[in-house]
Amino acid sequence: MHPAPSVIVFSTLSGAGFGLLVWLGLGLPAVTGWAAFGLFALAYVLAVGGLIAATLHLGHPERAWRAFSQWRTSWLSREGVAAVACLIVMAAYGAGLVFWGTRLAALGWLGAGLALFTVLTTAMIYAQLKAVPRWHHWSTPALLLLLSLGGGAVLSGQNLPAALLLLAAAGVQLYWWQDGDLRFARAGTTLASATGLGPIGSVRAFEPPHTGPNYLLTEMAFQIGRRHAGNLRSMALTFGYGVPILLMLAPQSPWLTAIAALAHLSGILVSRWLFFAQAEHVVALYYGKH
Amino acid sequence: MTTLPPPPAKKLGLVIDLDTCVGCHACVIACKSWNTQNYGAPLGDLDPYGAAPQGAFLNRVHSYEVQPEQGAAQLVHFPKSCLHCDDAPCVTVCPTGASYKRAEDGIVLVNEDACIGCGLCAWACPYGAREMDPVAKVMKKCTLCVDRIYNENLPEIDREPACVRTCPSGARHFGDLADPASDVSQLVAARGGFDLMPEMGTRPVNKYLPPRPRDTMPAYDVLGPLLTPVADTPKGFLGWLDRALARLPGADG
Repeated sequence: MHPAPSVIVFSTLSGAGFGLLVWLGLGLPAVTGWAAFGLFALAYVLAVGGLIAATLHLGHPERAWRAFSQWRTSWLSREGVAAVACLIVMAAYGAGLVFWGTRLAALGWLGAGLALFTVLTTAMIYAQLKAVPRWHHWSTPALLLLLSLGGGAVLSGQNLPAALLLLAAAGVQLYWWQDGDLRFARAGTTLASATGLGPIGSVRAFEPPHTGPNYLLTEMAFQIGRRHAGNLRSMALTFGYGVPILLMLAPQSPWLTAIAALAHLSGILVSRWLFFAQAEHVVALYYGKH
Repeated sequence: MTTLPPPPAKKLGLVIDLDTCVGCHACVIACKSWNTQNYGAPLGDLDPYGAAPQGAFLNRVHSYEVQPEQGAAQLVHFPKSCLHCDDAPCVTVCPTGASYKRAEDGIVLVNEDACIGCGLCAWACPYGAREMDPVAKVMKKCTLCVDRIYNENLPEIDREPACVRTCPSGARHFGDLADPASDVSQLVAARGGFDLMPEMGTRPVNKYLPPRPRDTMPAYDVLGPLLTPVADTPKGFLGWLDRALARLPGADG
């Protein structure tokens, strides 16, 4: 799949932002006043910045309001509804902390739940797609939820939970990569089933329908950079998981937290690039690719 | 609404005969032409007369080589457009309700005024039936020529999809696949019509008919016995020439 920069940036930043909102909603750390303002501002910059980046991906961003209507069937619509609901609830909760020094605990729990649900909806947008076997698996939401909670824990200075959550996320990430490499074959979709010509003999793409590129090829048959996948996986594992886990186990300091957060986010950006670049869509079979 | 309707009483769709398709791409051109000049935003192109043209099409013809265990390879031309699936994954993922499946005839359509161009429906479709218009930035797909098939301003003979109307080899058929007595349903039953990627669970309405088995030459020889050579060994001058040439060093023996 085409690794659109807007979507990669969106899912990485907003994942961390909503993760931070989960921890803030739970009252961890228990901050008020300016400290609360700083953390909430960071969470909103990440979450809202990510959402804005995602609308850049749209052909008609001016119609984006329509996306709140189809929550009954569409995970993308649910994501929009959940994100806005979460940001409104957490704004009220954050205002209580910043301006009145009061923690409205119930509102915080509600906001934390909504933040976590928003991350789940993002993950389900990918996990629901049968046509992309690498994504169509329970481990996709598991990975994105753990990453969001882990990244949020780093940003909110919850060192021990951060180390444990990122360790768990690293495990799921490794499984997601290893098992993901086998899922296309396991889905059983081949050029034979795609054309229905399998019973006659072995099928080979002889001539494509068009000589130039088209939307399907640029969007869904992305193949550049797959040969670097091994190196990129190592980088993602080192910076996204290894470095922040070690730093989170060291005695707490704002500088180490900042370095850990930057390492984590840059590593996850690499991992998210691979998430798209390595995902094979079954339509590529029609073009004799895969 | 992106909720799928209950199974429609009528399921309009295409039956594509892979045996008779000659790969002329006339259906591709007829489709592009009709859908550029009629319903909805025109099917856009980028750099149409330049060095690297590309654009949106609703119907494309692939060609595949099929090599049986025994015998010669076969070339199969393979037109592909929206299959108007009963369980259309492109419809349910749409966040705005722009994609919908009609309850009355099962046609899957896009309301272009409500489409935000997010592209998720194209990701959800395993067949590559949807393409983003590079100019209008909305999702385009086969409408089954909904503006032709019910159009009383057209002569009755033209009230079928442009691709079907134009096909010179009769490889494309249009009709109601929910009615077992319809021509298309009977064709599917008689020829063993199949679904593409049945494992994807989309339950396509459109069906494909497999290429018929190739003819084989009869094993007996009708004219052979009547054409036995009159003389095995030549006589006279030709006989002498034959013997003389056979004695030369380069002769086969």
